[in-house]
Amino acid sequence: MIKWWKILSALLILYTLIWGMLGPVPQLDILNETIRNVYYHVPIWFAMLFQMGYSVVYAVKQLSKNDLKTDIISHQAAQTGLFFSLPGLLTGSMWAKFTWGTWWTFQDPKLNGVAIAVLIYLAYFILRSSIDDEQKRARIGAVYNIFAFVMMFVFIMILPRLTDSLHPGNGGNPAFGKYDLDNNMRMIFYPAVIGWVLFSLWILNVKKRLAFLTYANNEI
Amino acid sequence: MKFKLSFFLMSLLMPILAKAQEVNGPEMADTFRSNGKIYVVISVIAIVFVCLIGYLIYIDLKLKKLENKK
Repeated sequence: MIKWWKILSALLILYTLIWGMLGPVPQLDILNETIRNVYYHVPIWFAMLFQMGYSVVYAVKQLSKNDLKTDIISHQAAQTGLFFSLPGLLTGSMWAKFTWGTWWTFQDPKLNGVAIAVLIYLAYFILRSSIDDEQKRARIGAVYNIFAFVMMFVFIMILPRLTDSLHPGNGGNPAFGKYDLDNNMRMIFYPAVIGWVLFSLWILNVKKRLAFLTYANNEI
Repeated sequence: MKFKLSFFLMSLLMPILAKAQEVNGPEMADTFRSNGKIYVVISVIAIVFVCLIGYLIYIDLKLKKLENKK
């Protein structure tokens, strides 16, 4: 049977899809109704960060246990995280076009940081695919994964907070300070974050099992 | 004739009336819920998502079958 948390993730996202559109939101200039993107754009990035965190935890496990299964999980989680950055970037670009007036701006440190972080993770996959020996690939991949995670964290979470950013919650402001005031939005935003993180775990679960099956098949 | 003239004068006030509605804060989708069949769009979004989830469940169960074979 399907696990309960998978169904929960579907129900939570369905709830936010419907009530995110119908529920009351604060009336703000420039943002107008696009403030509802907070329910869809931001949780996608939370899911991405969660997957990268999951990946780095299994990279550390790989280094301490030297078990190839942890390497497969770490690799699949990084793939899932990278996949989630795609809708994150696309929705962010769309939102930026209609509020900041441009698809992409190099003025914003968060956008630059995300671009660099995605490139760092792309290098991780290239590095892995260039090593044939699986023990070596697992160990070098894990070491690079830890480096990639730290760099991503610096570029996305730390540097944008030190300078001015167009993103709310950056440039010295506390994150979500503006939205935290609005309880109506919180009732939809938090379920959305939980729902999308669980959903990303579901995708990882399917990918992981598929990778295990493929690995077992290749062994024979 | 008199009726027509008063009607004409009243119509001159129309832009003022229209303007009066704009002053109330930033423009939001105020008629979002009252008309425009937006519920149809929301139900379409919901159907698309439910279909995708159904497909993911199908893949998940198929994978489970494959795992149990081993």
